[in-house]
Amino acid sequence: MRARTGIEAAPAAIHVEAITKAFGATAALDGIDLDIRGGELLALLGPSGSGKTTLLRVIAGLEPITSGRVLFGDEDATRLAVQRRHVGFVFQHYALFRHMTVADNIAYGLAVRPRSERPSRTDIRRRVSELLDLVRLPGLEKRYPGQLSGGQRQRVALARALAVDPKVLLLDEPFGALDAQVRRDLRRWLREIHERTGHTTIFVTHDQDEALELADRVAVLSRGRIEQVGTPDEIYDRPSSAFVAGFVGQPTRLDVVVVDGKVRLGDVTLSAAAPAVPAGPAALFVRPADIDLEAASGPRIAATVAGVRRAGAVRRIELRVADGHPPVEAEIAPGRAIARGDAVNFTLKALRLFPSH
Amino acid sequence: MTAFALTGPASLRRAIAIAKPSALPGFGITFGFALAYLSLIVLIPLSLLVWRASGLGLGGLLGIATQPRVRAALETSFYLSFAAAALNAVFGLVIAWVLTRYTFPGRALIDAMVDLPFALPTAVAGIALAALYAPNGWVGFWLDAWFGLKVAFTPLGIFVALTFIGLPFVVRTVQPVIAELDREIEEASATLGASRFQTIARVILPTLVPAILTGFALAFARAVGEYGSVIFIAGNMPFVSEIAPLLIIVQLEEFNYAGATAIATIMLALSFATLFAINLTQAWSRRRLGHG
Repeated sequence: MRARTGIEAAPAAIHVEAITKAFGATAALDGIDLDIRGGELLALLGPSGSGKTTLLRVIAGLEPITSGRVLFGDEDATRLAVQRRHVGFVFQHYALFRHMTVADNIAYGLAVRPRSERPSRTDIRRRVSELLDLVRLPGLEKRYPGQLSGGQRQRVALARALAVDPKVLLLDEPFGALDAQVRRDLRRWLREIHERTGHTTIFVTHDQDEALELADRVAVLSRGRIEQVGTPDEIYDRPSSAFVAGFVGQPTRLDVVVVDGKVRLGDVTLSAAAPAVPAGPAALFVRPADIDLEAASGPRIAATVAGVRRAGAVRRIELRVADGHPPVEAEIAPGRAIARGDAVNFTLKALRLFPSH
Repeated sequence: MTAFALTGPASLRRAIAIAKPSALPGFGITFGFALAYLSLIVLIPLSLLVWRASGLGLGGLLGIATQPRVRAALETSFYLSFAAAALNAVFGLVIAWVLTRYTFPGRALIDAMVDLPFALPTAVAGIALAALYAPNGWVGFWLDAWFGLKVAFTPLGIFVALTFIGLPFVVRTVQPVIAELDREIEEASATLGASRFQTIARVILPTLVPAILTGFALAFARAVGEYGSVIFIAGNMPFVSEIAPLLIIVQLEEFNYAGATAIATIMLALSFATLFAINLTQAWSRRRLGHG
């Protein structure tokens, strides 16, 4: 009850050290090191099966680990039971107690405390109504979860997690089960709540837009390992591995060859400058925004337009390059005259190149 | 009903139609079939019983119900059935929990054994229980020697038999609900600081209450009407260990059909009242769970 006592404890930093978790022969988590700063909003981003939810559950103490350590501030929490870690966990499907009213759900974490630490009934009631105001659901105390919409349940789940004044707030796919409009609203709102309450917050998502838009920093996971940790700008602009480059920004992967320090796509030499990639086959990741159809100079790649689709403010066209390559997506202004079957030439504004493996 | 309603003018249709218009067809035929079947198998025999008993009048019925021997038998039947169903609610829940939540060698075997009281002819169960719990039986001897407890040929014996036949009802109604319990709600409770005991008492049990009540009601209903397994172990002493169904048979053997129907009608009314009360409680608890 930080708000009531007026003592502002600094939000806890979390250190995850060399966490390994084996499921039989396969490693769900394979040597994870991660430092989460106090008060930070961090996203764990990755495809399904990357271990992001497992890592979140390890931090919460819901999942036993094979080796490694979890520290909350200076305290080693590795052997601490879930109950004593003081985390606020918001489950993907909310896991509200259906037989309890909204008020009882939110008060649960306070009501189960031992008598000596339990706030009085009036204090609990006041806290519940404060939290309902915070999550913008005032007056819904008496409702049951079954009477709420998905977005409302999500907010009750968050209020319930915040009620115990957790050291860290953990959210598993917080917007996964909601429709697009509600997701956008809740994203903005979660950012606001985070700024107001200042909790160290970790959330899991497979949606890169969500991670990049919402988080202070993003950790990209793949196959139980951390591929890259950085600010959204770093992740987007400077992907440090082929996996991240292939995952962020809806790129198309083109197989190229590096010969004599030059990058060749079929017959076209894309760059004369020596790329920091050893000679041999390499993977080039081309994002829609990388393609320039207007450039006057530079190595041009010939392509035919295989499809034109409208996507919000822009139009997306599919460009078929040489045989054997997947079609490349490009964004163009809606006004430009282009049709299926047109022959075009384009240049690349950026070369995101990684060795093939 | 609806077939007719569909041909009438709109206002008439609205007045006649029982079911709300729905995209799913077949209300008329399924409702008609269900009603016909229910009438043939349940309603007609039961109303015949009530009709036969109505010859006695309410005063006659009450007169029979308050006869000391009848009263004693009814009390024995209902109290012991209630107690047996309550015991089954507790242990049936534990068995269902163990069978659903844990894997151990022989689980499938034990799972299958739960249904045996359903399958066994009740007389066989009665004889087996009587032999086991008799003063010279394997269990009865030691119970008597150690605790001075006599089971066979006492009301306690009836209780044992009723518990035996009622167990599968609770296990089988609670088991699927436990299997579908969301593990996340237990985890949510733990992250909020609740001990395992608090999680069970505040989160798991309340969720299981409707299923436990259903199982309890079924076990109770079965126990009230049970005859075969009880008479062998009960001793059947009037005023002590005589159950109401046995008293009905006794009346029939004495060609006292009016007496038999009267007791049967009283049992019917009491059973219905109890089951209705349980169903109301259940509907209330289900509503709280948001099942609508």
